[in-house]
Amino acid sequence: MLRTTLGTLALVIGMAGTVLAADIEPAVLYDIGGKFDKGFNEGAFNGMEKFKKDTGLAYREFEIQNDAQREQALRNFAKKGNSPIIAIGFSQAAAVEKVAKEFPDVKFAIVDMVVELPNVRSIVFKEQEGSYLVGLLAAKASKTGKIGFVGGMDIPLIRRFACGYVQGAKSVNPNIEVFQNMTGTTGAAWNDPVKGGELAVSQIERGADVVYHAAGATGLGVLQKTAEKGKLGIGVDSNQDGIYPGKVLTSMMKRVDVATYNAAMDVKNGKWSAGFNVLGLKEAGVAYAYDDFNKALITAEMKTAADTAQADIIAGKIQVHDYMSDKACPF
Amino acid sequence: MDTVFDSLIPVLGSSVRLSIPLLFACFAGLFSERAGIVDIGLEGKMLAGAFAAGAIAHHAGNPWAGLLAAMGIAMLLSLVHGFASITHRGNQIVSGVAINFLAAGLTALLGQAWYGEGGRTPQLPNTARFLEITWPGAETARASYGEIGNFYANVISGHSILVYAAFLMVPLTWWVLYRTRFGLRLRAVGENPHAVDTAGISVGRLRYLAVLVAGVLCGIGGSYLAIAQSGGFVKDMTAGKGFIALAALVFAKWRPFSAMATCLLFGFLDAAGSRLQGTPLPFIGQVPVQVFQALPYVLTVILLAGFIGKAIPPKAAGVPYTKDR
Repeated sequence: MLRTTLGTLALVIGMAGTVLAADIEPAVLYDIGGKFDKGFNEGAFNGMEKFKKDTGLAYREFEIQNDAQREQALRNFAKKGNSPIIAIGFSQAAAVEKVAKEFPDVKFAIVDMVVELPNVRSIVFKEQEGSYLVGLLAAKASKTGKIGFVGGMDIPLIRRFACGYVQGAKSVNPNIEVFQNMTGTTGAAWNDPVKGGELAVSQIERGADVVYHAAGATGLGVLQKTAEKGKLGIGVDSNQDGIYPGKVLTSMMKRVDVATYNAAMDVKNGKWSAGFNVLGLKEAGVAYAYDDFNKALITAEMKTAADTAQADIIAGKIQVHDYMSDKACPF
Repeated sequence: MDTVFDSLIPVLGSSVRLSIPLLFACFAGLFSERAGIVDIGLEGKMLAGAFAAGAIAHHAGNPWAGLLAAMGIAMLLSLVHGFASITHRGNQIVSGVAINFLAAGLTALLGQAWYGEGGRTPQLPNTARFLEITWPGAETARASYGEIGNFYANVISGHSILVYAAFLMVPLTWWVLYRTRFGLRLRAVGENPHAVDTAGISVGRLRYLAVLVAGVLCGIGGSYLAIAQSGGFVKDMTAGKGFIALAALVFAKWRPFSAMATCLLFGFLDAAGSRLQGTPLPFIGQVPVQVFQALPYVLTVILLAGFIGKAIPPKAAGVPYTKDR
């Protein structure tokens, strides 16, 4: 009932607004890591740049410097008539919830978190599925039977990466040892490459020869140390294979660019829908990176195994455990 | 027992690496506060130094150029602190806090404006960094001399040159403070500036020298973070180390060798915290990592509360010097 009403509404708006629709100006609010974090926020930036190129429409953006700015920036966008307003990162949830209530006619989207309001699209990724694949590749590439994981801030979202990674690794080698470390418990944990590097070194000294990070800029320290010590790193969010060519096994890509691009395009084309937007392997929302930088590291056998697993996950033959469903990792 | 040793030695190596920025900042504070100038701005000066090191090392392709730039910028900030608190007898805490804000804001702003990478400086190639030096025979020692060889290879060998510089700085500082005329006057100016003035020595000049030395040391500490431990500057990369260094200074009661021991202890807590994450300890069970993160502060508070002896700061620390009243 509600859906048909909304559908009709959208249709009406769509018909009435062919001229109007061309006028939309989306806005993006980046998280504290900043627009050029070589990862998550940069993905959003790339998506919006693509939107700009494809449509010729401008967009607005804001990089926050502290938590207090979130609400203010969102409200500002809403007042100026920007739509959709895309907030990047789980820490924006409270601000989005508040401002979206104040402006029920403005379209909001949030990446990596769920805000249940009729005018908010919640874009979440099945990180566990992508992590499963890189875990599988890590286990295949490891000679010592020991691999590592370095997380940023200790939150359920990052545990979800870790859990998928372990499951993927154990699918290859049930006896594999996976060292797990979290950098910290505050936002600073995303920006501490020194600590990230030390954690990676401590895992390498215990025998790990592949280390996966899900730690934002902290992870740059992880990749640096693994490269320095002649081991392999695994990147996250964006394709990070090129940071240390030949030393990064692969990257678990979250296609934030696709998600933001789609959100903006949907509004432009009058196809906007609020509610859940869950992107997994099936929707090409997550993927492992395979390009010129890591071709030499991934053998044909490894690639086949990863692609088979990917097909099995999409077909539902492999169930990847979601840490956030029960706040526990059975592996 | 074997396993305890096996994991202890890498932790020791890691402690050494993690304690170095604390050590430089702590000694910077030591010089400054011994001369009577409280320096809350250690954090900011290190941060500015780290940024300068990352940026200049990137442009020059040479770590030494980065180091020099870092020392220069940190000295400049020291002069600002000196100008406010020595020449104009302003509040030293306020001036230090201002420097922290200035450095945090400026580094992020300039980094973003120049490189457009979210306040980071570009990733440095190895030629523009201080690399780890492997001492002769480290690998053979590791292979054939058991725990001692392992200790040699992990804890003594395999650090960048700045690490060794930091440990040379400790006896040198002790010698300067306690065995030279400059050191005697420096300590005197922090205890009783009037007496120094009466002896015909300029209080202002001595204090300026002290804050400049502090600037040099903060610059080296910042360089270590940006171009030795990592491959470039990252926004807010000092992450409170300047404040932990201040805590270490109080804990060490403003004495050089105790300061070194304290910094190593705090570095060890940090390293052990990382290592013990998620691994249960015998008898105690799993320890939350926050315990280790909070320990330096907890220890300092316990000390200040008077449980581990008394920490008496230099008498004139924080008091601007006025010639006569």
